[in-house]
Amino acid sequence: MIIVLNENKIQVKDNQTLFDLRDQIKPLADVIICNGMPVQSDRILQPFDHVIFIRRGEIPSESELEAFLIARHTPEVHEPLKQATIGIAGAGGLGSSIAIALARAGIGHIIVADYDVVEPSNLNRQQFFIDQIGINKVEALKTNLKRINPFMTVDAEHRFLTSQNLTSLFSEATILVEAVDCAETKAMITSEWLRAYPERPLVAGSGMAGYGPGNTITTRRAMGRLYLCGDGTSAVEAGHGLMAPRVGIAAHHQANVVIRLLLGLDPVEEEC
Amino acid sequence: MNITVNNQIRTASAGQTLADLINEMGLDAARIAVEYNRDILTRDTLATISLQDGDVIEIVNFVGGG
Repeated sequence: MIIVLNENKIQVKDNQTLFDLRDQIKPLADVIICNGMPVQSDRILQPFDHVIFIRRGEIPSESELEAFLIARHTPEVHEPLKQATIGIAGAGGLGSSIAIALARAGIGHIIVADYDVVEPSNLNRQQFFIDQIGINKVEALKTNLKRINPFMTVDAEHRFLTSQNLTSLFSEATILVEAVDCAETKAMITSEWLRAYPERPLVAGSGMAGYGPGNTITTRRAMGRLYLCGDGTSAVEAGHGLMAPRVGIAAHHQANVVIRLLLGLDPVEEEC
Repeated sequence: MNITVNNQIRTASAGQTLADLINEMGLDAARIAVEYNRDILTRDTLATISLQDGDVIEIVNFVGGG
């Protein structure tokens, strides 16, 4: 009969027991998942049971990890995401959340640039940890991304973005995500990217400060291949700072635009 | 003369430049991206372009935070 082991179909004998299979495949496994549930007791396997053997602390191989992604996302979705190279300008509240969402989605290559270091005040919304304070954001982010998927490629560029270096730094990226803090830099990145690469989309964020309603954050196409995520108006001001939920909503709008673009879908409208 | 700015028709006067229009709208030229008849412009060209009847302009105004 056929069962599914680590998302791959395999042939086993009739009346195959779970523990006997573990002893053959991974004798040191200390966790057994059968049909989505951790199990403690032995049983006779049934056709198309889904079985996963885990040894705590052991990192799955590249092909094992890929099989889990393909099972979740389907091969048609996985392949274009794996082949993609995405640029992220900024590794703060937006950039760190966008990068993590894209890493979990299975994007194969991320180029991320930021000049900043992790400060205590960043931890209210940015995807860093207390023991990363003082480290370059791009290096800390690369470490965190590699903990999610050690097999992806991350180019961590610790530098200040200027109109001189922007387009060459991200020349390999087919889509650029704007994730900086400063409005002037957002405007510079938009003008430079759309002029240099009119066919390559830019996914920008504008307006996500405070704790206003989450539903005011939207995605729209603004000009050329510019997609804008945010409410368009909520600027950072005294007493109206950035907070994890709304920054996260905007960041995930941006990450979702990237995925829809890679799959050939309109980022704004549902396909008919 | 009539121009279209962000899908809205508005009137402009002869000799008015894009930089004048941006001032009139109360926008900061450093914080916007401008598409003028489908071309994306750099900031330093805004004062050199005189508006013409029928121009189509898109302006994106960025606010800080990220």
